[in-house]
Amino acid sequence: MIPSLPRPAWLRTATAVYLVGFMAFLFMPLIIVAVFSFNDAPYPAPPWRGFTLDWFLGNLTLGRTGLFADSELLGSIWTSCAVAIWVTLLSVLLGTANAFLIERGRFPGKQSLSVLMLAPLVIPGVILGISILAFASRIAEFADATLGLELDFLRPGLPLVVLGQFSYIATIATLTISARLRRFDRTLEEAALNLGANKAAVFRTIVLPYLRPALLGSAAISFLMSFADFNTTLMLVGTDSPLTVMMYGRMREGATPVLNAVSLFLMVASAVLALAFMRRRSQTN
Amino acid sequence: MHSAVVTRWHGRLSLGLLLAPALLWLAALIVLPHVDLAVLSFRVRVGPRDYVASLAQYKTFFTEPLYWHVFVRTALMSVAATLLTLLLAFPIAWIIAKLQTGRAGSWLFILCLIPFWVSETVRTLGWMILLRESGVLPSLLVKLGLTAVPVELLYHDATILVGLIYTSLLFMVIPLISSLESLDNSLIEAAYDLGAGGFVILRTIVIPHAAPGITAGCIVVFMLTLGNYLTPTLLGGKNSQWFTEQIYTQFITRFNWEQGAAFGFLLLALSTAMVVIGLRITGQRFGDVMRRT
Repeated sequence: MIPSLPRPAWLRTATAVYLVGFMAFLFMPLIIVAVFSFNDAPYPAPPWRGFTLDWFLGNLTLGRTGLFADSELLGSIWTSCAVAIWVTLLSVLLGTANAFLIERGRFPGKQSLSVLMLAPLVIPGVILGISILAFASRIAEFADATLGLELDFLRPGLPLVVLGQFSYIATIATLTISARLRRFDRTLEEAALNLGANKAAVFRTIVLPYLRPALLGSAAISFLMSFADFNTTLMLVGTDSPLTVMMYGRMREGATPVLNAVSLFLMVASAVLALAFMRRRSQTN
Repeated sequence: MHSAVVTRWHGRLSLGLLLAPALLWLAALIVLPHVDLAVLSFRVRVGPRDYVASLAQYKTFFTEPLYWHVFVRTALMSVAATLLTLLLAFPIAWIIAKLQTGRAGSWLFILCLIPFWVSETVRTLGWMILLRESGVLPSLLVKLGLTAVPVELLYHDATILVGLIYTSLLFMVIPLISSLESLDNSLIEAAYDLGAGGFVILRTIVIPHAAPGITAGCIVVFMLTLGNYLTPTLLGGKNSQWFTEQIYTQFITRFNWEQGAAFGFLLLALSTAMVVIGLRITGQRFGDVMRRT
């Protein structure tokens, strides 16, 4: 019930119990992951055998491979970063173009085009992955058979992973940026044009600064979604694995707490990113 | 007049420049790959590099019990996960939207968001450490004297459901909050003054008002659950029997792309059908729902 109405005592108690339970449910897995990255045992399992930093700093001389000595894991973090940077760049650029197309453009078929732009969000990631995989190999085979060209980037590998993630993250960037552009007061633009500014100057000095929060926001979201993507990536991955695929492989085999260490590292990194982002937003508003 | 022609030409040019990347994206990464997938699914291999059009892939699906059992199971489990997520998410959305307005409410909301800033892999790792036989909860149960020996809590259907609900919560909470926030408190007060009890208010005022948010949340959660791969395979192990796993097996392990493509289309059809039905029931438009979430 709402605060202005009397709430019986049992309802207050039930609400409190639910809230505590809900928060425990939400945070227990994350806390457990963090805690067991410091456990002095070869497997992330109880009992607690004492505090250690081996799973971060350990190397061959210690007999334990910590995160900072695990070149395979560090390499996959870099792979994920490289993929995410490409996906972010492509998505924000296309998202901006799409926002202007939808909010400003007038052309036949605009309504159906904007509905089609939403489609990638309702296609399961696994299917996006296999369809792009199949289509890319068909083109590669066609190029090979008729022109004798070896188009390696169309074979499973990082370029395809970038394209696969971009195919749906672009929709999210489009939605974020066009939502902001829709609220833009066009009289500002007209005023600047009347005062003698040309279109490029208006875009650079008025429209772009206005869109900045949405551009930064969609860049942050694109980066995080790309970094966290699993379904689409799994279908398109070649020999270099991004972090999620690498972690998945190791989790199936039963891994050492080095996975906890890398997870804690991710949690801290995304918390820093989130805080920076929220602080920025509260400053601009 | 000359300048009018130039302006129009400029307009055309910039429209073309904006339209080209959008069309390229949709054609090359969405439309054509799915057309190609459809073509793949409707053919069968009769010899090396020799294919004929056929419905054989779909026939295999319906005649081989394993395949359609897994399909039906995935659909039912997804429905269950969606409904349970709704039940679990509704109270927290209510608390954030109605009870704890102001600072406490926004803090609660941020707390809800935090787990979703880290990837599903990390969250699933947490559940595995909590639930496996040598894990935290089973050893806690032994210590409390509830079980004599550690029990395996992984690899059950319930485990898969817990994992799926956990992953989906946020996508339910956000649309629920936005639809509950727009509900005018005075309507609830009026109903209360006229003698309605909590349950009647919920049924006749709150749920009808929140219906668009409920539908939006359910559609998104159902879709994500149906297409999930990571959570069922890791928390369910060999018993997971999730349909995306069948697609992966056909496509990547067995390299039987024709069969995998047919499975992919069946999953896509189910997912799309649910979206359409959900929208029909509440009479909403697709675009509005997507923008809400």
